[in-house]
Amino acid sequence: MRAFQTLVLTVLTVAGGTAAQAQEVPRWGLEQVIASSFRASGQAGLDRLQQTPMQVACSVAHPDRLPTEAQQRIEREALQGVQFPQDGRWLGNWQAGEKIAQSGTGLQYSDPPDAPRGGNCYGCHRLSGTEIAFGTIGPSLVRYRQRYASDSDAMRRTWIRLWNVHAFNACSVMPRFGDAGILTAEQIRDVMALLFDPASPVNR
Amino acid sequence: MADPMKIRAVMQSGRVEVKILMSHQEETGLRKGADGELVPAHFISNVSVSHAGREVLRVQWGRAISKNPFLQFAFRGAARGDELTVTWIDNLGDTRTDRITIA
Amino acid sequence: MKPGTSRLALTPSRCEGLIASEGGSCSPLPLAGEGPGVRAMAVGVRNRRGLALLALALLPVSAHAADPTSVYRQMLAEDNPAELAVAHGQQLWEQPRGPRQAALTACDLGQGPGVVKGAFAALPRYFADTASVMDAESRLVHCMVTIQGFDRQQLAAAPFSEAGAPQTDLEALVAYVAAQSRGAKIRVPQSTSEEHDSYARGRDLFYRRAGPYDFSCANCHGADHLRIRLQELPNLTRPEGARSAFAHWPAYRVSQGAVRTMQWRLSDCVRQQRWPQLIFGSQASIDLSTYLGVLAAGGTMDAPSVRR
Repeated sequence: MRAFQTLVLTVLTVAGGTAAQAQEVPRWGLEQVIASSFRASGQAGLDRLQQTPMQVACSVAHPDRLPTEAQQRIEREALQGVQFPQDGRWLGNWQAGEKIAQSGTGLQYSDPPDAPRGGNCYGCHRLSGTEIAFGTIGPSLVRYRQRYASDSDAMRRTWIRLWNVHAFNACSVMPRFGDAGILTAEQIRDVMALLFDPASPVNR
Repeated sequence: MADPMKIRAVMQSGRVEVKILMSHQEETGLRKGADGELVPAHFISNVSVSHAGREVLRVQWGRAISKNPFLQFAFRGAARGDELTVTWIDNLGDTRTDRITIA
Repeated sequence: MKPGTSRLALTPSRCEGLIASEGGSCSPLPLAGEGPGVRAMAVGVRNRRGLALLALALLPVSAHAADPTSVYRQMLAEDNPAELAVAHGQQLWEQPRGPRQAALTACDLGQGPGVVKGAFAALPRYFADTASVMDAESRLVHCMVTIQGFDRQQLAAAPFSEAGAPQTDLEALVAYVAAQSRGAKIRVPQSTSEEHDSYARGRDLFYRRAGPYDFSCANCHGADHLRIRLQELPNLTRPEGARSAFAHWPAYRVSQGAVRTMQWRLSDCVRQQRWPQLIFGSQASIDLSTYLGVLAAGGTMDAPSVRR
């Protein structure tokens, strides 16, 4: 009987998404266990475990099955928070962008807090046609410029994706490089150049 | 004496198949430690395997060998129950000898 | 090297320290009666990656339809340096040690005092004497403290060895205990309410998005055929992925030159998730193992294994 009860609760929790989080059964003791299982180290404080509303909503097995209204709310709020470049300059330097894409350090408790952060784009994406050590968690970005050549809004939309991908894709696994302060606006311009500059290895 | 080796010596179709796993840090001398200083070279330089008083394998190694080296070879002229002696010596003079009975 | 591999032909000038035989190969003694399929001698130089790659290149293509990573792992498994840690761990288990000069042979890993065989395959589990769900590592620490008199803080402060340093006692003990479950079916129990709660917390933690990157375990381990750079990621939400992961930890990490445990693997993932540090032996770390172990039910333990 107990196993069945647990099974039912498991199914409800996984399917219920946001609702289940709010109704967490106290006997599991998740929050107490979390409070006693982590320690602050380096630049990683315990505040990092406090979840934002988006994180709470997306902490489910199948975020794509969240109610449409919940997904749209996440996307709307994400879009509202995007900060565009004030001088309207979308592109920076692609060589700097490639370095940012190659660098996987930044924000770990083992990283110096004042060191420049990387974007680790190659961790999940293919970018330059000649870099074979690429990940497959995200789509290939090879020849990005050519793919979106016909889209006059491509730069603005790409900026939004880099700043906060949830504006277009609620619960995406990609980090919010602008919104979470992972990369500076200048660094995001450099990554934009990596994607759009015709001289960039992504587009050659 | 240094940490013991793991040795297997098994008769197979008239030959002795010998597998030796040695415990050794195998420092190349090119690695920097946590303090930023070069960790001194410390690696196995010679290995010798003998049976019934004669040397059946003699090996000279350098700094390129990986940590905890594995050595595998086969030879004829021995029988089940015979004893093999394996000795290594490293560049700092540390040494280890282990014996195994051929299974 | 496996039967069927080509013989490495070396010219006499490269036979330093060995006897050059006719035909240009090096051997300790001339090998009579050699034919195709006879196992070739692996010459002394055992630069792990170089030899493995070279031998891989020499394998007949038709003989191995398996993907290159599994072939590579199979070749490395024979000479797993973790065996050195296992041997050392056995000594640590049997010898009287610590302030109380007692052996760990009275330690109960869930199958009764002193029973090591098969115990790892049924951990984490509930222990009445601590009224909590514990994994192998936390249980070993418990035994080292209560039976041998070691200091808990000291053990928990440095459970994992630094690069280039010898294995810690805990790493060696975990390697030994895991090795005694090789071939056993994974059967992490779900018989008590505490075990159910541990599973539920582990599952919730697995899907929990947190930190500046919004990373949960599921971000990387929740779908098929994902990889970070060139490192393939098991889909832990599938039985095959969960079994593959649970069966093969602890593992000898070639890139680290050391046996690494499940607690280490979890804490290193958490670090890269940009979360604060996962405390060694904490309930959350145990709960994640419970979740993974239950998903891995029916798999076969094969640890310590070899990993990159």
